[in-house]
Amino acid sequence: MQVRVLVRLKPGVLDPQGRAVHHALEGMGFAGVEDVRVGRLIELDVADATDHATITAMCEKLLANTVIESFTIETAGAD
Amino acid sequence: MTFRAAVITFPGSNCDRDMATALEAVSGTPALRVWHGDADLPGQLDLIALPGGFSYGDYLRSGAMAANSPIMRAVIAAADRGVPVLGVCNGFQVLTEARLLPGALLRNAGQRFICRTVALKVENTASLFTAGYTQGEQVNIPVAHHDGNFFADAETLDRIEGEGRVAFRYAEAVNGSARDIAGVLSANGRVLGMMPHPERAIEPAAVAALGGTDGRRLFESILNALASA
Repeated sequence: MQVRVLVRLKPGVLDPQGRAVHHALEGMGFAGVEDVRVGRLIELDVADATDHATITAMCEKLLANTVIESFTIETAGAD
Repeated sequence: MTFRAAVITFPGSNCDRDMATALEAVSGTPALRVWHGDADLPGQLDLIALPGGFSYGDYLRSGAMAANSPIMRAVIAAADRGVPVLGVCNGFQVLTEARLLPGALLRNAGQRFICRTVALKVENTASLFTAGYTQGEQVNIPVAHHDGNFFADAETLDRIEGEGRVAFRYAEAVNGSARDIAGVLSANGRVLGMMPHPERAIEPAAVAALGGTDGRRLFESILNALASA
């Protein structure tokens, strides 16, 4: 089963990387960029029987630091 | 008095030897060296030190992988029993990732790796790590980090400040840390995480070449606290 975990910095957490990318885009002449936040996509290939609670535990214990990050879990083929 | 300190080495640690050298220089006793894959710590420890470096290449987040390595279960259990734990630089990042300390260390606000001696203000002299300093004293200790920008939400910052848990504050602009926090204590005051490297500032003979001697009193404070315990 394919699982995609999207990890984002929480609102209000400074993102120097996003700011640098934003600055670079403006420097390249792209107008109208209001804000840039850089996150992380983690793709997992897990056994089909893996339940949502287990994936959530993976996120909370390692994949994301919930002090600064939020995460969403997408399971391929799920509705 | 024998002093039993353990220095943990993770894959990618690079200040473990400096930490062991500093501990031996101040205590006269060689530090025990412990590998991250070990499940158990040596017994009867007076101090556990988590050194600087780039454990696991800073993969995922600085300190995240190390915080989940086998030895950290033993470190967390020891900290819960009150064994003093000192985390410097990457060690501080590991302690926050392991939730032994609040907050997180983000990328420096200026995006750059910062490697220089900085001025710190001593905010707490009640802890076993800082009793040898004077309240409000300014000391100079080197930093060398890319992810030293301390972050916690406002409520957490108010709480740790209210509880006197800010050990050191930057006395100059360094990395964008919330409220200029450079070092934080646990609620019981027995776990200290700090980005600056006191182990790089202990040698009188190398004052000019290295970071001075202001870090030495941190280690002397730990020894004195043990001697008087």
